Amino acid sequence: MYSVNYHRAASVADAAKLAKGDAKLVSGGMTLIPAMKTRLAAPSDLVDISRIDALKGIKVSGKTVTIGAATTHYEVATSDKLAKACPALSHLASMIGDPAVRHRGTIGGSIANNDPAADYPAAMLALGATIVTNKRQIAAEKFFKGLFETALKDGEIVTAVTFTAPAKAAYEKFRNPASRYAIVGVFVAKGADGVRVAVTGAGDDGVFRSRELETALAKQFDAAALTSAKVPARALMTDMHASADYRAHLIVVMARRAVAAANA
Amino acid sequence: MSEVSLTVNGRRVSASVEDRTLLVHFLREHVGLTGTHVGCDTSQCGACVVHVDGKAVKSCSMLAAQASGSDVMTIEGLANGGDLHPVQAAFKEHHGLQCGFCTPGMIMTTVDMIARHPEGLDEATVRAELEGNICRCTGYHNIVKAVLAASKTMSKASKGKAKKAA
Repeated sequence: MYSVNYHRAASVADAAKLAKGDAKLVSGGMTLIPAMKTRLAAPSDLVDISRIDALKGIKVSGKTVTIGAATTHYEVATSDKLAKACPALSHLASMIGDPAVRHRGTIGGSIANNDPAADYPAAMLALGATIVTNKRQIAAEKFFKGLFETALKDGEIVTAVTFTAPAKAAYEKFRNPASRYAIVGVFVAKGADGVRVAVTGAGDDGVFRSRELETALAKQFDAAALTSAKVPARALMTDMHASADYRAHLIVVMARRAVAAANA
Repeated sequence: MSEVSLTVNGRRVSASVEDRTLLVHFLREHVGLTGTHVGCDTSQCGACVVHVDGKAVKSCSMLAAQASGSDVMTIEGLANGGDLHPVQAAFKEHHGLQCGFCTPGMIMTTVDMIARHPEGLDEATVRAELEGNICRCTGYHNIVKAVLAASKTMSKASKGKAKKAA
C-alpha cells in the first residue's frame, strides 16, 4: 500500500470538506483497502465516514424503507424491521461475501463503488430506489452509469437509500465457485408500478434491467411465464468464467428461481 | 502518522504508526501478539480474523487507524490462564487442525459464529459460515466437527448458568 493520510470525519459536512482532490471516502473498506494493498487504488487521503451516526440505521415507516449509507451488510441481513418490510433485501445482504466481510462492508460503499458483480445495485434498480446524497436525490436508474461508474460528483457523499417496500421480491444469484461473486444475479420486484427485473454480474456495462423478462412477467408474475423467455446475449460479458450465451441462459434460470421464491 | 489507541484483550495499548498500517500488522508488530496470522493478504483466507467491538473482522483489510478507540480481541485473549476456551478445547479434541496456520482465524470465526447462533448450529450452517476461512490442509471435516461440538458444549454451559440464575 502506498502512503496515505487517514482522517476520521465527525459529520457528513466534515467529510465533504475533507473529500477533496485525490481523497477517497472509506466506510467498511472491504473493496478499497484490498485495492490499495495491491496498489490498484492510491488515494492521497482516506476520509472515514463509518462512525458518523447520521449515516447508520434502518427506518421503516409505513411502506417506506430508508437505510443509512454506513449500515453494514450484517445489520441489513439481521434487521427485524427489514425482514418484515422487504425480506428479499435481507436475504441478499446475507449472501454478500462472508461473515467477517458483512460485519464491515456497507450498503453505501457497495453502491458508490458499483462493481459490475455487486449485489446491491441490482436490488436498488429493481426496487426503483432513490439514492440520497448530501446534495440531492438520484433515481437508481440514473445513478448506476456503467462499470464502477456512478452519477456521483466530486465531494458528493451517499447518505442513504430509500424505496417503497414491494408486494413481492426475491434475489437469486449464481456464484462463481471460487470468488463467490455473482456470475449472474437477478433481483425481481413486483410493486405498485409493475414488475422490475434487474441483473448484476452479467452486463458488459454493469447492472441493467431486462425489459424482455419484465414484459413477460407483467402479464403473469409466475415462473411459468418465463418458460420460453430469452435474453439477448449481445450486451453481456464474456470472460474466463462464462460466455455471454451462458450468462444469457443463466439470467432466465435465475429469474425463474427468483420469481418462484418471491411467490413462495 | 496516526495515534492509535486500542484495548487489546482487555489491555490498553497506544502507538504512533503510519496511517497505512493494517490492524494485523499493528497487532503483530507493535503489540507483539503474533497469534493472528497473515495468510493470503487478499482478504479471502481468514487467518487474520480478530474481533473488533465484538464482531469478527479480517484484520488484514482494516487499518489500525480505523480500529482506533475500539475493543479488540485476538486468539491470545480467549484462554483463561491454563484453561482453554471451549472452542479451543473442541479443536484440540476433534483434531480440527493439521499445520495449524489457519487455526487462530478458524477459532475466532467460530466464537463469533456460536455467539450469533444461540439457537444452535447444524452442519450446513457451519459450512456456510466458514466461507471466509480457508484451510489448505483440507481439514474441514474435523473443523466442522469441532465447531458443532463447541456449540453444544457452550449452549449446555449457558443453559446451566441460566438454571443457576433462576
